[in-house]
Amino acid sequence: MQPTIELRGVTKRFLTPSGGVYTALRDLTMTVEAGEFCAVVGPTGCGKSTTLALISGLEPPSEGRVDVLGKPVKGIPDGIGYMFQTDAVFPWKTVLENVAAGPRYRGSSARDARDKARDWISRVGLAGFEDRFPYQLSGGMRKRVALAQCLINEPRILLMDEPFSALDVQTRSLMENELLGLWAASSASVVFVTHDLEEAISLSDRVFVITAGPGTVKSNYKVHLPRPRNVAEIRFQPHFIEIYEEIWKDLKDEVLVSYERQKNSGAA
Amino acid sequence: MSARRTAARLSTVVGPQAQRPAVDLVSRRRAEARRRLLTIQGLRLLVAVVILGGWELGVRAGVIDKFFWSQPSEIGAKLWLWVTQGTDLGPIWDQILVTMEETAGGFIVGSILGVIFGVILGRSRLLADVMGPYIKAANAIPRVVVGALFAISLGLDIKAKIATAAILVFFVVFFNAFQGVREVDRNLIANARILGARDRQLTTEIIIPSALSWIIASLHTSFGLALVGAVVGELFGATQGLGELIYAAKNNFDAAGVFAGMALLAAIALVAEALITALEDRLIRWRPPVATETRI
Repeated sequence: MQPTIELRGVTKRFLTPSGGVYTALRDLTMTVEAGEFCAVVGPTGCGKSTTLALISGLEPPSEGRVDVLGKPVKGIPDGIGYMFQTDAVFPWKTVLENVAAGPRYRGSSARDARDKARDWISRVGLAGFEDRFPYQLSGGMRKRVALAQCLINEPRILLMDEPFSALDVQTRSLMENELLGLWAASSASVVFVTHDLEEAISLSDRVFVITAGPGTVKSNYKVHLPRPRNVAEIRFQPHFIEIYEEIWKDLKDEVLVSYERQKNSGAA
Repeated sequence: MSARRTAARLSTVVGPQAQRPAVDLVSRRRAEARRRLLTIQGLRLLVAVVILGGWELGVRAGVIDKFFWSQPSEIGAKLWLWVTQGTDLGPIWDQILVTMEETAGGFIVGSILGVIFGVILGRSRLLADVMGPYIKAANAIPRVVVGALFAISLGLDIKAKIATAAILVFFVVFFNAFQGVREVDRNLIANARILGARDRQLTTEIIIPSALSWIIASLHTSFGLALVGAVVGELFGATQGLGELIYAAKNNFDAAGVFAGMALLAAIALVAEALITALEDRLIRWRPPVATETRI
């Protein structure tokens, strides 16, 4: 069967403001199967987010090939949802308008969009908050809005860029469990970028380890933990600890490389 | 209002046995706020009394030359005369109405054009780079003189005044709209595009709302400028309006008339400012409320 996402030999270079060339990704190859939940871990600045930008079509690759749902990416492919690291809900729209934005942009009538949005708002547990503006919500609630805004389009591919990194630990594991619940009810493939290995393992079927920048796939691990999972408890399972140690061995070297490099560039 | 909200939160947190202190706190806060408001109003009145009283006394004591500077009692009498018996140009309300029409017209035309051009140039890098030097040059010219040109080309009626006011307003609104469009959060644009927004929707749904706080901020200054434009336009030639009234008073060496006209203009500006603030609160409901103290 055809993979949902396929990156082959992808290199991405950016021009820096000073006129130099910065290579974010180098010869990266990875595939994500239909319905698979993949996590991408790596040290800071290794190009994890760039991977998502390439899959979403927001950035074109400098070299190599990006295929989504069997077609080369040109512009933003159909069926993509993207949850950004920073708050990207629209501050001038109410919760209802924010969630209804996707269907509205895709040509639904205002009424249909609103009905659908109400449904999604209650699915992410925000019923009763439809008329609030984002500034009136807590950080966790804003993330729920972003999640509903994303999922209402029923994406076949969900890209998530450290979506919960700004949340406190309790809110975070709540949100992670809810994400797993919503994902299980869909058939979407997920690419979940994070720097937190524990989060990566507890959520996903497969973990990609990216090297210190320029990033490329160092290794990938299958996670054989049963579903449905409870994120808060799964970390006590023996297999979790085993696989954590295994992946951490890989990841540790990259983190050290990246740390040394940062220290040196700071000293220079 | 915020005191009430704080109180609600406090009482839910501390539970029934601690209710009394919370209520005390609320009433104390309210009393404090009321006292503060009274102090401010009192001091405001005092400032007016000191300035106007000093002026009046100065004239009566012969320190200030009444011929050039008039005096508050005479200005008041002049205003009363205008209200009760009308001006040389006709009823005072007509003069106010004419100037208001010119100002509002210039304000509306100038802001709409400013927003349109600001958004277009803000969206197109090429156009902004091409037009940049010309716009800067045009902005550097003291634009009120263009009023003279309009008086020649558009004649003595309302069109010339609207044009003068509009050109003053245009540049202020334009630069703010332009900057506002440039400052739109890239993340929000990326999010809207992923959600399926086309170019047109990006402009109306993301870019304009986002630039709106910049644009509205510029409207406060630009209403004042529209008033300047209308009055200057009248000075270049008119048959009616407050500017014309002031001009006529000046020709008669009637200082009280000049001041009375100024007082009316100031009153119009204050009312307009209140209206714009109300508009701002309505259009930017989504912004967290700012502390009222920072507002003048």
